[in-house]
Amino acid sequence: MTAAQTLSTPPEIGGIGHSVPRQEDARLIEGQGNFLDDISLPGMLHMAIHRSPVAHARIRGVNTEAAAAVPGVVAVVTGELMAQHNLAWMPTLSGDTQAVLATDKVRYQGQEVACVIASDPYTAADAAALVEVDYDVLDPVTSPQQSLADGAPLIRDEKEGQTDNLVYTWESGDSDATDAAFDSAARVVSLETHYPRSHPAPLETCGIVADINSVTGQATLYMTSQAPHAHRTLFALVAGLPEQNIRIISPDIGGGFGNKVPIYPGYVVATAASLLLGTPVKWIESRTDNLISTGFGRDYHMRGELALSEDGRILALRADVLSDQGAFYSDAQPSKLRAGLFHVVTGSYDFPSAHVTCRGAFTNKAPGGVAYRCSFRITEASYLIERLVQNAAYEIGEDPADFRLRNFIKPEQFPYTTPTGFVYDSGDYHTAMRKAMDEVDYTALRAEQAEARAEGRLIGIGVAHFTEAVGAGPSRTFDIAGLKMFDSAELRVHPTGKAILKLGVKTQGQGHETTFAQIVANELGIPVTDIKVVHGDTDHTPYGLGTYGSRSTPTGGAATAMVSRKLADKSRKIAAHLLEAAEADLDFSAGVFSVRGTPDRSVTIQDVAFAAYTNMPEGVEHGLEGSYYYDPPNLTFPYGSYIVVVEVDAETGVWKVDRMVALDDCGVRINPMIVEGQIQGGLTEGFAKSSMQWITFDEDGNCIGSNFMDYLVPTAWETPRFELLETCVPSPHHPIGAKGVGESATVGSPAAFVNAVIDALAHLGVRNIDMPVLPDRVWAALQSAGGGVG
Amino acid sequence: MYPSSFDLTVARSVAEATAALSEGGEDARILAGGQSLIPMMKLRFAFPSLLVDINEIAELASLERQNGELRVGATVRHADVAASDLAFGAVAAAAPWVADPLVRNRGTLVGSVAHCDPEGDWNSVLLATGATVQIAGADGSERSIPITELIVGPFTNSLGEGEMLTAVHVPVPSGASGGAYLKLERKVGDYATVGVATHLELDEDGRISSAGIALTSVAPSNLKATEAESVLIGESPSGELFAEAASLTADAAEPRSDIRGTAEWKRNVVRVYTRRGLEQALSQARSS
Repeated sequence: MTAAQTLSTPPEIGGIGHSVPRQEDARLIEGQGNFLDDISLPGMLHMAIHRSPVAHARIRGVNTEAAAAVPGVVAVVTGELMAQHNLAWMPTLSGDTQAVLATDKVRYQGQEVACVIASDPYTAADAAALVEVDYDVLDPVTSPQQSLADGAPLIRDEKEGQTDNLVYTWESGDSDATDAAFDSAARVVSLETHYPRSHPAPLETCGIVADINSVTGQATLYMTSQAPHAHRTLFALVAGLPEQNIRIISPDIGGGFGNKVPIYPGYVVATAASLLLGTPVKWIESRTDNLISTGFGRDYHMRGELALSEDGRILALRADVLSDQGAFYSDAQPSKLRAGLFHVVTGSYDFPSAHVTCRGAFTNKAPGGVAYRCSFRITEASYLIERLVQNAAYEIGEDPADFRLRNFIKPEQFPYTTPTGFVYDSGDYHTAMRKAMDEVDYTALRAEQAEARAEGRLIGIGVAHFTEAVGAGPSRTFDIAGLKMFDSAELRVHPTGKAILKLGVKTQGQGHETTFAQIVANELGIPVTDIKVVHGDTDHTPYGLGTYGSRSTPTGGAATAMVSRKLADKSRKIAAHLLEAAEADLDFSAGVFSVRGTPDRSVTIQDVAFAAYTNMPEGVEHGLEGSYYYDPPNLTFPYGSYIVVVEVDAETGVWKVDRMVALDDCGVRINPMIVEGQIQGGLTEGFAKSSMQWITFDEDGNCIGSNFMDYLVPTAWETPRFELLETCVPSPHHPIGAKGVGESATVGSPAAFVNAVIDALAHLGVRNIDMPVLPDRVWAALQSAGGGVG
Repeated sequence: MYPSSFDLTVARSVAEATAALSEGGEDARILAGGQSLIPMMKLRFAFPSLLVDINEIAELASLERQNGELRVGATVRHADVAASDLAFGAVAAAAPWVADPLVRNRGTLVGSVAHCDPEGDWNSVLLATGATVQIAGADGSERSIPITELIVGPFTNSLGEGEMLTAVHVPVPSGASGGAYLKLERKVGDYATVGVATHLELDEDGRISSAGIALTSVAPSNLKATEAESVLIGESPSGELFAEAASLTADAAEPRSDIRGTAEWKRNVVRVYTRRGLEQALSQARSS
């Protein structure tokens, strides 16, 4: 419970602020969850995908004879067959087209070339290995720099009007004002860094069971989908199926992190196969399939510059990005924003001018650009500004924390309009940062660092203060493929006072079944255990854009509060009728309506619910249910102050985290335990990316990182202990004052870890080591700075 | 991840196992812990036609000391070694660093030895400690060879058709001795980026009477640093001596640049870890 939060319900009701145990955990822990691969339908066939072993090649021919001859194989689907149904290509979330099954060329290693449908998954895998493809291998393009250089092989030769590998150019901010600020600057600090390609790597891979009834045309698609409603509409638009006949069921999901936002070729082929064969078809990705072909995150080559005044104030920022998009442009991004929310790159600081440019380049790598636990590229932005600010402090010889405190947006400046046009809703950065500094005893730490240096030991103190922008809409700015980014809730209170809440958003482990019930409990006083939360089934939930970009609480959570208030208003009418009092004379608290002044005259919300079906006042509509579509007026802007202490082994470059203090302010916390869990998980992902995790490619375009031996996910053993702190400045425009938090720690923490390692080496002049900060990179930096031992 | 189809036979004795191997020919493989083999099959890097399960053969399960040697049977798990009071020096030091707890509970030391993965930890330990391996043949024959003669190359051992490893024997030093295994890994369960096994025995005057140094992941096979070993023998331990041995070991390494790091850096880690490993082995020997 934060100081600013007060509990308005007792524990037995379990409203906002209570660490209610997760309602969903019992069934998940006891093996009674229902994940995609648990679904088995009568007559169901299994699909396996034959993928390209090479990064770039023209297809001379596909021979399916041997595969088709394997006993148990029902069909072998090629790009040619898909083309006959006009389904060889599909649109991406960014308005590009992507091959469903390759017909002309393969453009990355792991691209889908053919699919085998068979009686069981073993047979399907055996036969998929027997598909023979005749490739005319072409030179691969393995970096965006190479991609945009003269003479680079044209990757998208099928795309009309495409004469080079440039995907887009985009800019934001005021270049003239920024140039002027740089011209007048006392100092300029710059940083070039690569935020490497990473992968969300949910523990459950992607999959589908497509079940199309050959008589009714009813298509029931069980899919690992973070956005089932949006996917239903996209299926209707792409496949031409009538939308009322499409039902998408997204069952329990074992993690999404943005990876389950796009539509993948496997979904499309399995659906087409079910339609053609008249039987259910299941496709479950292998781990390698997931890592080499589905939506990656990041891969931004960034250059940033800060203009500084004589007295150490930031005057302006320039940022230039070269984005490695892979072979198809399929960023998960709001349509109007090519680089997503990258232009929140001005961070937590108050300065007048900024200019941001971005270019995207096609390469022979898997497509993606999904928001991996990130609000549309804000992770890259946060990382760049926090690394730049740290270097600016070194440049002027000031402590990085002091530099931040001087340049922060002040509490009285909120709502604050940034130079790239965002309006930050609320915050008190100074208090947050000072609280984190007090917790680690920052001054004593710096003294300890100086003593250690004198003994030849390398201790580093990394600071990062991020501001995130989450909760898309508002719908006027944010849409996905034209679908406006509002969200919804539908609430029905049954005669016995129990309730069912239906959501447009969809949990992948975030705990919606608990936290959203707590919002209802808080508003109506119905105990959280009396509320069932339904989501993920498009036939049974109101329309929504799904769960990603930390948007569920800012949008769906707001809708839940608003629909609860609608029902509270109606309940007041009913209570007034039951109590024979005027509505205005009623107090409502923790599920009890009482007559002001005579508290023994009261009825409970359960009494009211029963009356809604049995004893309604004249002229009032029966029942107690409603729905609400919430269009947020603005994003919410959670923030945090993170401090990391590391020690670097000067002989080997190996570094270890001694301490990590993470202060998060996400406004009002609905369920503090779940919020802390989210932060712990996010910090672990941030630690992973800063220390060990990346997907890279060799010069032939082979993906290095195709399994969990190469793509590293840290365990409890490596992961440092995180100490969590909080402050609470509520969002002024959100109905319950909450901000999104699911992604904060993933966004904010990489800079803190990297800044800590840099800080350990800063006295030697080291200013950058790209992520992951592998020990050989640290050692090499030490060697070139002359600070290596031995 | 679905393997291609294969046959499975459960052997009740070493004779049954070697007969089955012999019959199965080139594509037959022994299934002990399966912690390397099964993932390779699921990744479709390996397509054995026959698996010979040896887990039911009682005589292969023993971990014991006999005749001045530590005997590790073919189905003894890494976790058994890690938990055993009988393990010593580099053997005891390495056991908890093999893979992760799940793999250690199932995987076997002898299986890892036979696999000859240059990134495997155990062959370095056996090279440093001068171990021998016990081999059974299809004709009922038994023979014993030094570990140096088993390792032929990456993923290649010198076993003939129908032959299997039944045990590893590690000599137990009679005097003061110590050993270490220093492993740099990116995360728990990872193969070594660099692994260094060290083994020292001291005579009554405190001079080094026997020395072993071997490396993991920095050469096409686990590498015995013989030149470094020879400068140690007969000498009194000192910082300079260990630094010289560490440099010779680093010179002997053949690291390659890869996703784990550059060759130059790995060679440096070999040098640092060799020195630290020798220091640890010495400290253990002096307190033994």
